[in-house]
Amino acid sequence: MKNMLVVTSGIVAMILSTATLAGPREDLLAQYAAAAKATGFSAARGQALHTQSFSGGKPDTPSCTTCHGKDTRGAGRALTGKTIEPVAASVTPTRYTDPAKVEKWFKRNCAEVLGRECTPQEKGDWLTFVIGQ
Amino acid sequence: MRIPYRPLAIGLVTLAFSALVLARAQAGDRHFFAPVADPVVKEECGSCHLAFAPSMLPARSWQRMMGELDNHFGDNASLDAATTEKITSYLVANAGDAGGQRYSSKLLKGVAAGAAPQRITELPKWVSEHRKVPDWEWRHKEVRTKANCVACHTAAEQGSYDE
Repeated sequence: MKNMLVVTSGIVAMILSTATLAGPREDLLAQYAAAAKATGFSAARGQALHTQSFSGGKPDTPSCTTCHGKDTRGAGRALTGKTIEPVAASVTPTRYTDPAKVEKWFKRNCAEVLGRECTPQEKGDWLTFVIGQ
Repeated sequence: MRIPYRPLAIGLVTLAFSALVLARAQAGDRHFFAPVADPVVKEECGSCHLAFAPSMLPARSWQRMMGELDNHFGDNASLDAATTEKITSYLVANAGDAGGQRYSSKLLKGVAAGAAPQRITELPKWVSEHRKVPDWEWRHKEVRTKANCVACHTAAEQGSYDE
């Protein structure tokens, strides 16, 4: 009986500690992984997505880099002339900490660049790429 | 009696100069449009472009714009219903024809009573105020679009649109 109590509290403690350790970025990645039934995400695939030219979206925004720039650690610029903070998490640490905001921009930007929604796999790859930048 | 020409001339020049400075200062005051103060509005309306001052368009313009966010000048900028409603009420409450906006009546001069213009840059007064800006300046790589107010009006984000 006593042993069981120790084991149970141990499990509870473990769950609690992982819950506090995982930040919003990890939660997001976990969500995308579950949705994509993915075994893992790849920063290299994310980078390819980031730099690739698409023809399905708007002609003036063929690629993520059209607005975000080629350097992930440098500022980008919207077609309106407005500066966009660097996508690299190391330079803009506030990025990717609000899941609703991340989803909002995936929705908008994938529609503009790819002309469709991004898949959970693509989202996870891209996030993995920029979080590591 | 001898007229003191010299002090008189100096006095006149000083007077003329201060009058000029004062006139300029007053002219400067003409172009103030209070910037967006609400953090949500600032975030949602100021990510892609300058969060334009609500006092630059009449309430009916904002209402129409917020009802057509899925085609916002060619982009889908739609938001969830609660956020859309919150932003709409802020824009309407602070619109150019909402009262208490000292400089809006000038900017909105010439806009038809029922019209809901969508582009600030197509308001008759805006057009006439910018008529002297040459084409090449609009096409300059630091400007690119007429919506990029800050390219020339460096204090636009603070609400000042002086030359």
